[in-house]
Amino acid sequence: MINNKFFGRRRPEPSRPIPPGQYLEDGFPVLSAGPTQRIDIAAWDFTIEINDKTVGSWSWDSLNALTQSDIHTDLHCVTKWSKQDTDWRGVTIDTLLADAGVETPTGFVMASCDGGYTTNVPAADVIDGKGLLVHTYDGEPLAAEHGGPVRLLIPHLYLWKSAKWIKSLKFTDQDSPGFWERYGYHMYGDPWREQRYTND
Amino acid sequence: MSQTVTQTWQIATVTSVHDESSRVKLFTLELAHITPFRAGQHFDLRLTAPDGYQAQRSYSVTSSPDEPNSIELAIELISEGEVSSYFHEAVEPGDKIEIRGPIGGHFTWSPVAAKPVVMICGGSGIAPIMSMLRHRNSTGSDVPALLLFSTRTVADILFRDELETMAHHDPKFHLVNALTRIPTIGSVFAKKFEQGQIGRREMRRIDRSMIDAAFAELGVKPARAYICGGSDFVESMANHLLNAGMANNSIRTERFGP
Ligand SMILES: Cc1cc2nc3c(=O)[nH]c(=O)nc-3n(C[C@H](O)[C@H](O)[C@H](O)COP(=O)(O)OP(=O)(O)OC[C@H]3O[C@@H](n4cnc5c(N)ncnc54)[C@H](O)[C@@H]3O)c2cc1C
Repeated sequence: MINNKFFGRRRPEPSRPIPPGQYLEDGFPVLSAGPTQRIDIAAWDFTIEINDKTVGSWSWDSLNALTQSDIHTDLHCVTKWSKQDTDWRGVTIDTLLADAGVETPTGFVMASCDGGYTTNVPAADVIDGKGLLVHTYDGEPLAAEHGGPVRLLIPHLYLWKSAKWIKSLKFTDQDSPGFWERYGYHMYGDPWREQRYTND
Repeated sequence: MSQTVTQTWQIATVTSVHDESSRVKLFTLELAHITPFRAGQHFDLRLTAPDGYQAQRSYSVTSSPDEPNSIELAIELISEGEVSSYFHEAVEPGDKIEIRGPIGGHFTWSPVAAKPVVMICGGSGIAPIMSMLRHRNSTGSDVPALLLFSTRTVADILFRDELETMAHHDPKFHLVNALTRIPTIGSVFAKKFEQGQIGRREMRRIDRSMIDAAFAELGVKPARAYICGGSDFVESMANHLLNAGMANNSIRTERFGP
């Protein structure tokens, strides 16, 4: 349906394509369902479970002792903004799984966070370098409102999948909906296919 | 607790446009399909230019879910804003708009959650909270409710008459308006303030002591909070509530913009 009087163009215009229904944002908006979690680095820990069995657990120091990876990527939030050319540093999920000495899991993974937030993705979407735990944004420690000290980053999916204040990844055979997915947001969330809500 | 989302785009007809303040207009949209929603939810709106270019934005429903045939939206004019300026400058009664929803399920309130509730909003952040308060009012809910509403001036208090009427008739609803822009010295408004006729208004930003005083007035500590507005506002209000002893998971937030 055409809105005859609408000629809008949001500035800045993207220099390369962004997903359908998105606009380019210069800043870094904050979206969270509740308050920003305040997490003490000394008390921070992270675990990976496979089929209800804990296979690995890391402190802030042991996370930082692992091989660090840098990633330059675009972000796409379901609330319509996209941000191009962001720089992150952290540890790939592959590196964590290798450190735990386990084989690459298949099936699905549920990310759980301080504050109770959860989100689900297929296991394949966090391996082969596609998923990282990040602690540094643009060369600076990741701010609490953006999920610091450590958040999950899965940049090829809508940003609600990149869970802030990450506590654990639980690999299972069965897919089940996380926090927003239970409220009708898409189980997969591919921005290029505009998978915002359940049946998109 | 699974919620369905109305998946398809539908065409809504604008039935009225009203200047609620110098920066906010109210739009009533009649929906092609009656679409039940919950107080606090939003809809996505999509504009398409003649050359096919599209823009989408989210707007919260301000009307009560008790009247689902049409929805009211409160759209604030954002300078250089692509979609909000279109609504302010071009949209008239009779225009058609593509919309889909309702969307969101966490930032919702129903009287079933029989817990004393505090709502804190800034400017157009009143939108989803107005739907909650209208719903509370129309269902005759006696859940104690406190609204702390921050605006620049009195003229920016959206839904002012309706809120004051609610506060006047309902002893369980407490209204505090925080005005962040000091009135010009010597203005009528400043005189009324000096003379103490402004009553339930506070001439400063919402801070911890204002929140504590309002809780004391409510007479019961809220067990659920809804905060809505710009991101920095939401951030600082959430911190005030945490510092005031509210539990992390009792605080729900909706952020409209940077
Ligand atoms: C869930 C949800 C519900 C919302 N409900 C409402 C509502 O009920 N009423 C309402 O008015 N808005 C609401 N918004 C905000 C709305 O979706 C748009 O972001 C807003 O109208 C600006 O769009 P625009 O196209 O006019 O501006 P854009 O062209 O997108 O932005 C222009 C410039 O203004 C800045 N900007 C964008 N939004 C804001 C803002 N809110 N305050 C200050 N600067 C801003 C941008 O960063 C940019 O620099 C809601 C947002 C969300 C995510």
